[in-house]
Amino acid sequence: MNLVPNIFAPVSGHARALYTYSMLVLGITGAIFVVVASLLAYAVVRFRERPGDERVEPPQIYGSDQVEIAWTVIPVLIVIVLALVTTRTIHAVQDAPKPPGAIEVTAIGRQWWWELRYPDLGIVTANELHIPVSDPRNPTPTYLTLLSADVAHSFWVPRLAGKTDLIPNRVNHTWMDPEQPGLYLGQCSEYCGTQHAKMLLRVYVHTREDFAKWVATQKEAPVAEPKAAAGRHVFETTACLNCHAVQGTVGNGRFGPDLTHLMSRETLASGAALNTPENLRTWIRAPERLKPGSLMPAMQLEDRELDDLVAYLVTLR
Amino acid sequence: MTSDSLTLGGAGAADARDGTFLETLHDWVVTVDHKRLGLLYIVYGIVFLAVGGLEATIMRVQLAAANLHVVSPQVFNRMMTMHGTTMVFLVGVPILFGFGNYLVPLMVGARDMAFPRLNALGFWLTAFGGFLLYFSFLGGDGLYGAGSAPDVGWFAYAPLTSTAFSKGHSTDYWTLAILLGGFGTIGTAINIITTVLCLRCPGMTLGKMPLAVWMFFTMSAMTLVVMTPLSAAQIMLCIDRYLGGHFFDTQAGGSAVIWQHFFWMFGHPEVYVLIIPGFAFASEIIPVFSRKAIFGYPAMVAATTGIGFLSMGVWAHHMFTVGMSSHANTFFALITMAVGIPTGIKIFNWLGTMWGGKIRFATPMMFCLGFLFQFLIAGLTGIMLAAVPFDWQLSDSYFVVAHFHYVLLGGLLMTIFAAMYYWFPKATGKMLSQTLGRWHFWLFVIGFHLTFDTMHIPGILGMPRRIYTYEADRGWDVFNLICTVGVAFQALAIVLFLWNVVRSLLWGKDAGNDPWDAWTLEWAVSSPPPHYNFALLPVVRSRRPLWDFKHPEDPDWLYE
Amino acid sequence: MSARTAPILPAPASWRLPDRGIVGMVSLIVAETAIFTIFVVAYLYYLGKNLSGPEPRQVLEVPVFISICLWASSATVELAVRALRRGSTRPFGLWWLATIVLAAVFLGGTAREWYHLIYVEGFTIRTNLFGTTFYSLVGLHAFHVMVGLVGLALVQAFAFLGRVGPEHAHRTHVLGLYWHFVDAVWVVVFTVVYVIGR
Ligand code: HEA
Ligand code: HEA
Ligand code: HEC
Ligand code: CUA
Ligand SMILES: [Cu+2]
Repeated sequence: MNLVPNIFAPVSGHARALYTYSMLVLGITGAIFVVVASLLAYAVVRFRERPGDERVEPPQIYGSDQVEIAWTVIPVLIVIVLALVTTRTIHAVQDAPKPPGAIEVTAIGRQWWWELRYPDLGIVTANELHIPVSDPRNPTPTYLTLLSADVAHSFWVPRLAGKTDLIPNRVNHTWMDPEQPGLYLGQCSEYCGTQHAKMLLRVYVHTREDFAKWVATQKEAPVAEPKAAAGRHVFETTACLNCHAVQGTVGNGRFGPDLTHLMSRETLASGAALNTPENLRTWIRAPERLKPGSLMPAMQLEDRELDDLVAYLVTLR
Repeated sequence: MTSDSLTLGGAGAADARDGTFLETLHDWVVTVDHKRLGLLYIVYGIVFLAVGGLEATIMRVQLAAANLHVVSPQVFNRMMTMHGTTMVFLVGVPILFGFGNYLVPLMVGARDMAFPRLNALGFWLTAFGGFLLYFSFLGGDGLYGAGSAPDVGWFAYAPLTSTAFSKGHSTDYWTLAILLGGFGTIGTAINIITTVLCLRCPGMTLGKMPLAVWMFFTMSAMTLVVMTPLSAAQIMLCIDRYLGGHFFDTQAGGSAVIWQHFFWMFGHPEVYVLIIPGFAFASEIIPVFSRKAIFGYPAMVAATTGIGFLSMGVWAHHMFTVGMSSHANTFFALITMAVGIPTGIKIFNWLGTMWGGKIRFATPMMFCLGFLFQFLIAGLTGIMLAAVPFDWQLSDSYFVVAHFHYVLLGGLLMTIFAAMYYWFPKATGKMLSQTLGRWHFWLFVIGFHLTFDTMHIPGILGMPRRIYTYEADRGWDVFNLICTVGVAFQALAIVLFLWNVVRSLLWGKDAGNDPWDAWTLEWAVSSPPPHYNFALLPVVRSRRPLWDFKHPEDPDWLYE
Repeated sequence: MSARTAPILPAPASWRLPDRGIVGMVSLIVAETAIFTIFVVAYLYYLGKNLSGPEPRQVLEVPVFISICLWASSATVELAVRALRRGSTRPFGLWWLATIVLAAVFLGGTAREWYHLIYVEGFTIRTNLFGTTFYSLVGLHAFHVMVGLVGLALVQAFAFLGRVGPEHAHRTHVLGLYWHFVDAVWVVVFTVVYVIGR
């Protein structure tokens, strides 16, 4: 699968509007380039000093009002055209009305992961955003409310939506209306500290049916499996619960990602590693190894405790 | 070249004093001579160009392939911040103010700057600012972790700079260094303004000043009104960090966005403060090597001041993604694109100057020609960024990094090199080697295009800037590798340039007063100029006093 | 030297350029204005955005008396410079001293205000946004008054030693420009902090 987050391969109405407009701007600037560069190149070649005529100075010309006016007016006209199209596109994208079927998501930027909440559906997850395809005839676009819990971040999924920053003490919005199911990559694009590079975002676009299924599983509380009881005990008696929440346990910390459905995610710690039991183990023992600078401390657990804990975590589907 | 050259002062090296090394050093440290201060600024800037380039090289090596571990994320972020801060504040500003210092009094026919001691103070403040910034490397975890060098990025967005998120002193080094350097720069700007307004030689009305003087004047006036807001913002940051204030404290209701406004109110005009002296060099060099007067002098002056004024109203184009209203976005896009108009006028006037001329491909001119083409591209990618909906995709991606290296290297650094080749003979009395100059030019151009043309592509493929590494599945690796390869060419070019300087100082050909057959006043004094510049103050009647002198049959003042 | 010497063109009949002291000072004032503008903008922007008290109305008294003193000092400095231009050094010294006294009264008044706010009201730069912007803006201005005061005092010292004569009128005039600027800024700060802000 081609995962390249190419801005020129849009798969949503939002990204396509930006794309169409960008092509126009590229066309205009490209044309300016060709004209001006050709003139420059012509002048350089045509008016170079030739052997033999070094001693005579060329005729001195100090300027010309007509020419001056011409090369002022033409750019002015170009700028006016550009300004008109720009105004229209800004308005169309930024002030797009929200249709009734829209899915609401609140994304909260944190150092260095994404907290994702679906207030209407009662779902809390992290780093992997699941949304439905939006059919133009019966649109179900996703509307995001963007907040930050610490410093400035920026939400960017090139093939679905342009950037919007997540800034503390400020509420921003963006939206996307994907046209095809699939996985689309994005990542934080405002420098937010040490691990800004590993604040990756994955957007899974589902058909409506698949999305409904995903919602259903996320709403179920995880079943308490007896073989994981030891691990659960570790989880509930160490500091984990200060920072992490798991539904049905006493853990309700919000400093770290909600772990209720941890195993439904493909990656760990905002894309720092694949979500495998070995990586989980490494992560809990020494987050530094997978994501140096991460705000989760190494937990100093005995090997056995660690095994139990991982055995428990893998039941959180 | 005209056989009988004009001498308004000095007799070659008569001014050079022999002394012990210590005496010479002492002379340079306590000097208030604008030429020496100018050279100090320039040398200082070149040293930091090498340092900043080294930091860039470290970043490029780390980014050469996906998931490399050459340096830790902390070190990378420090390199990124130090590189940006160094290049803007310790390379661009000092080199350009250095040239301003050196050239303005000579070009307006004055014996020194208006306030020589303030001038020295300005240089030393700037210098200490730089040393303070680099002192940060020695703190904290020792050198490997790059000490406690700042790691907040060159625009240091709040609240990442607050004590809650930036512990220790790294941000303090950053803000104090910039504050200090800023005061020095403001002093120098006041000096240039006053020199231009008060010390012009008889006959040199504002309309007869060389274009370069107009541009240095504009650049200084801009510095005055934009460097100070930066200082104000830095003072606020200090108040937050040291006194527990809340200017940018989002927990106490402060705004993170207002820092962005304050910074870019400085930051955007700052980039024109950098490029306008670049325009100044081009406006002196292109006419001389096209053997024609500058085309459309009044239009050039108007465009320069026009850029100066317009550039004060565009700052928020760095903030199209912070969620401003659609009206604000539209407004700033419009004004930003409007800056393209006066800039275009300049490009066209340089074109008009070459048109019908006899272009001599000496090294300074080669760099200026490179500048013309590259700056054209750079400006046009700027227009793409100004186009808000396009910028929502491009902002904070490597496309932006490519844009600004295109303006800063492809534009500014090229004209700086041009200026160095052009005025080196004046400042030292020796010519730089043309052969080495040509190698320097081609290697640099090749390296530049390898690195920075390629850099646009990962931006389009979704690569954000300021990341210390990236995943392999995104299709960015090849391009990043090419970028890194290009750096080797640039480094080689710069080393050749440094060698050229050393070689020419030792064994260079003598330059004489006027090696390029040029027309402004500095070419009427000896090389290097005597320390009083002009034995008798010149009197001018046109923009090209030496043209009038060399062509008494057809002087400029008949037409102006 | 084989080179020809400069062609001695007739110097233009009148070649007068602005005085560099004044141009330099005006440039400095422009720069300072930009700094104050930023602080004023921050003050106005954060007005009413406090998350917790106190609000300006609850703690600030309008400092009418000291403001009048400061503004009056603009007049006295002007009178001093004029006296010096006429060559009357004694009146100059007196007016200059009056300026210093008025400035000192202003600073004293500010000090009292701050003492009251800090030790009686317990209102400091850390208290809230208003505290931060208030102390910064008023403090920045007070700092400028202090710098001006040092300048004034230096001249006064020379005057005591009898070293100031009419030939220095121009320099005192330039210093006077700075002083007028400091007073003008107080008009803005006063309006923003004590009129609009309350
Ligand atoms: C020397 C420095 C310099 C110069 C001269 C410029 C010139 C321009 N810049 Fe650039 N810019 C930077 C340095 C510079 N920039 C830096 C350092 C940053 C990044 C800062 C950071 O984030 O770290 C930046 C970032 C930046 C952004 C923000 C991107 C983002 O972060 O999202 C934008 C957006 O509008 C922009 C636009 C422009 C424009 C429109 C010009 C214009 O002035 C260009 C005008 C020139 C032309 C247009 C070409 C010639 C004209 C013609 C041939 C006439 C015909 C043309 C038309 C009618 C359009 N620049
Ligand atoms: C004038 C300004 C300027 C200049 C000249 C440069 C020059 C270079 N820059 Fe810079 N750059 C910036 C200004 C500049 N940059 C700014 C403002 C930023 C933003 C920072 C931020 O995001 O905060 C930035 C960011 C930036 C990044 C992005 C970092 C990131 O976002 O993560 C990159 C990445 O490739 C980069 C690369 C380069 C390279 C390869 C060069 C090369 O051209 C360098 C070539 C020079 C050398 C290689 C030196 C060679 C000399 C020697 C080796 C001499 C040896 C010494 C002696 C003999 C004494 N720069
Ligand atoms: C001081 C707070 C803190 C404590 C204590 C803590 N964590 Fe974390 N945890 C975090 C943070 C913050 C992250 C996100 C790190 C990142 O992505 O940069 C995280 C991430 C994780 C993740 C990855 C989640 C995901 O969705 O990718 C797992 C699993 C995890 N922690 C498990 C644990 C376990 C098990 C414990 C206890 C043994 C624990 N954590 C203790 C703060 C904490
Ligand atoms: Cu979050 Cu960068
Ligand atoms: Cu800008």
